[in-house]
Amino acid sequence: MSVTEASHDTAGMTAVHEGTYSGGLWSWVTTVDHKRIGIMYAVFAFFFFLVGGLEALLIRIQLGSPESTLIDPDLYNQLFTMHGTTMVFLAVMPLSAAFFNFMVPLQIGARDVAFPRLNAFSLWVFVFGAFFLNSSFLFGGAPDAGWFGYANLTSTQYSPGVRIDFWVLGLQILGVSSIAAALNFIVTIINLRAPGMSLMRMPLFTWMTFVTSFLLILAFPAITVGLVLLMFDRTFGTAFFNPAAGGDVLLWQHLFWIFGHPEVYILLLPGLGIISEVIPTFSRKPLFGYPFVVYSGILIAFLGFGVWAHHMFAVGLGPIGNTVFSATTMLIAIPTGVKIFNWIATMWGGSLRLKTPLYFAVGFIAMFIIGGLSGVMHSSAAADLQQTDSYFVVAHIHYVLFGGVIFALFSGIYYWFPKITGKMLSERIGKAHFWLMLIAFNLTFFPQHYLGMHGMPRRTFTYQEGLGFEAMNLMSTIGSLVLGFSILIFLWNVLHSLRKGESAGPDPWGGATLEWAIASPPPHYNFRVEPAVHSRDPLWSEGGLDVDVNDPAAPEPHMPSPSLWPCILAFGLVVVAIGAVAKTLPVVLAGAGVVVVAIYGWAFQPLER
Amino acid sequence: MENSVTEHDHASVKTYLVVAAVLGIITAVEVAIFYIDALRPVLVPLLLTLSAAKFTLVVSFFMHLKYDSKIFRGLFVGPLAVAVLIILAMLALFGVFGGGGGAA
Amino acid sequence: MSETAAASAEMHHTSTGLPNRKLLMWAFIGSECMLFGSLIITYLVYRGRSIVGPYPEELLNIPFITVTTFVLLMSSLTMVLALAAVQRNDMRQGKLWLLMTALLGLVFLSGQVYEFSHFVHEGLGLTTNLFGASFFLLTGTHGAHVFVGVIWLTTLFVLAVRGKLTSANAETVEITGLYWHFVDVVWIVLFTIIYLLV
Repeated sequence: MSVTEASHDTAGMTAVHEGTYSGGLWSWVTTVDHKRIGIMYAVFAFFFFLVGGLEALLIRIQLGSPESTLIDPDLYNQLFTMHGTTMVFLAVMPLSAAFFNFMVPLQIGARDVAFPRLNAFSLWVFVFGAFFLNSSFLFGGAPDAGWFGYANLTSTQYSPGVRIDFWVLGLQILGVSSIAAALNFIVTIINLRAPGMSLMRMPLFTWMTFVTSFLLILAFPAITVGLVLLMFDRTFGTAFFNPAAGGDVLLWQHLFWIFGHPEVYILLLPGLGIISEVIPTFSRKPLFGYPFVVYSGILIAFLGFGVWAHHMFAVGLGPIGNTVFSATTMLIAIPTGVKIFNWIATMWGGSLRLKTPLYFAVGFIAMFIIGGLSGVMHSSAAADLQQTDSYFVVAHIHYVLFGGVIFALFSGIYYWFPKITGKMLSERIGKAHFWLMLIAFNLTFFPQHYLGMHGMPRRTFTYQEGLGFEAMNLMSTIGSLVLGFSILIFLWNVLHSLRKGESAGPDPWGGATLEWAIASPPPHYNFRVEPAVHSRDPLWSEGGLDVDVNDPAAPEPHMPSPSLWPCILAFGLVVVAIGAVAKTLPVVLAGAGVVVVAIYGWAFQPLER
Repeated sequence: MENSVTEHDHASVKTYLVVAAVLGIITAVEVAIFYIDALRPVLVPLLLTLSAAKFTLVVSFFMHLKYDSKIFRGLFVGPLAVAVLIILAMLALFGVFGGGGGAA
Repeated sequence: MSETAAASAEMHHTSTGLPNRKLLMWAFIGSECMLFGSLIITYLVYRGRSIVGPYPEELLNIPFITVTTFVLLMSSLTMVLALAAVQRNDMRQGKLWLLMTALLGLVFLSGQVYEFSHFVHEGLGLTTNLFGASFFLLTGTHGAHVFVGVIWLTTLFVLAVRGKLTSANAETVEITGLYWHFVDVVWIVLFTIIYLLV
């Protein structure tokens, strides 16, 4: 174990040599270092991104021709359900979490997050929960009622077996991970900022992490309750969503979307934060209208709680409900627009450096505008009556989530890969990746606007010949295959660059924020000497930082010790879930026992030993 | 910025006892009102006000929010406001306030 | 307990001068507002929609619940007295009030258990109707929170008995108190909307 291998100084405290880590699996399993935790989030997130992508390719291949019998309806239902669930909960959110983890402490000049062990706990709960959810494929089939699981399709009457139980329990576990992480980042950002870094001097990515964290802690409880109601219906026979007993299936929809709409902003805001860092850096110009970009982020989050029923325009909310939610949905376009204008104004008159991160950032802006336009079209309840549940919505969501969020995340990956690994990603391969992805993405999803307008419904495993859907579907399928290929190009870039990439140095891009003041990859403790800041762009200020944050003469900082308890506690939770899905009380109790022991073990273990 | 902990203002034990007594009295009043038929028409607003008062007393004094940093107040009141607004919106959507509800 | 005195100098700097764990507990309480809010929505939306009885007006016993409510309110008083005692390092009083708080919590829980079994006896189970489902879920979730609090308080009491809890751990006791008072505050809301607004 790494602690016993490390040397001891005369004070009897363990010292870890600068920049070097103990290797080995054990050190990764017990790490509480935000950087390692971030890397693990990224690796697992990318793995599940590929899994979700495979599910998408199967869907597209099935839809490439009319009345295809390649994939039967049952498997198709599992594929679109798991594609959505995987991409939202197991790919995009953890990828954002990877960035929160690695970058936020660096950006605020801290040595780690406020609660390092809680951070490790969030990671392990996510990992175990993700595999628990996907194990359903081996145990009777994956969840198959859509990523939004509408009642009462999810009742035991219409969904017998354990597929939905896997879904309910899997999401509950993932919820625990997200809430714990969000609480951690809220405290970290409030309390661990470098001296001089007021809230209005924080990097935009940290700001968006902060706002996203509030969305997480407020939105997840709603779906937690919805899932509990569903679980009680399925396990104990309660009547929450049983119309025959007076239950209202719409209660599920409301609770789900009270979570679900803020959830899409949880997916989006970190990406907006990344773009707000990349554009100034590659325009060599501070972000135009910083306060407006901050306030618009906060406003999007707040308004995001007031639009949820726009996912329910076809259920019969009544004229007042429809009108109110149409109005709030139209309103929310405004702060988003403000951000776009600020980014463009930042580039205007700037000295543009045409590197891959900027390509993805500009690509993001263009694709997100298109997605936003289709979104505004949805905001009219009347128009949405035709669009809802059609491929028009599929086009919209993929323009904002792929053309938007994924492009932004790739921008972040190209931007911060040098910091994380110490190597530069190849510009040549990166630009090839970008162009191929941009073209393939549009080829895949633009035709879907047409399909939706002409009445092709969502979530159906095939369509009849002669309805006029063939050409657009074929185009979309071809696009998706090329899109998949472009991801392979990216993977090649990563593997190639890790081996043969140019050495990055601390600041390859000439960045403004604190993460660029330290080595790439950063030493274990991040900053040897704590920085102080006096402006929003500390590295661009006159004379740069006033202290040498890497001063080797300064004493080496003492960091929290590794711990196994977070992993054990996470494991206990999953054992409870396994027992629940198998309806085996002894296993549930065993898991609960592990949970209790782990809580006490953790509570009584000193943070630093 | 470092030592801005506001532990100067402090509720005394006497204050806690007074607050506890007030909480007890309000509870007794709430129950009494429940049984007084003449107050039926204003029962709901009256009870909501009284329990809001108890809520505020516990949060302000026992949870020390009155004397503590505004940051804690923000962390509590913000989410509370979001929760209350969503509850009210849902009640309206489900017709609990009479009229409008088409959600069922 | 662990973190306080042993934490390294690097972790001591805070931007606000406020303790991390206290910020964490308040943020958590904010999240719990949405959790109980969603459960309350479920209860209120389903009020009056049970197709079969028993119905709330037949079963809810206001006088009984008033007593248990009062007990829980008083436990908040004993909690602040415990904190005040620990802060001035009067561990004798500290132990007493911590124990009292846990005991009062147990009394409240016993009242809930009695009420629940009475309801079941009168024909109201979890699956009987919407009232049973939403009532037991809402009050049961609250009861589970009280139970966790009682365990937590008992743990602190045991530590104090062993001489391992002193004024250096006042922050821990304060944070326990915040959790406990919040659970009490939720009950204030539930008492009103379930029992008084029946």
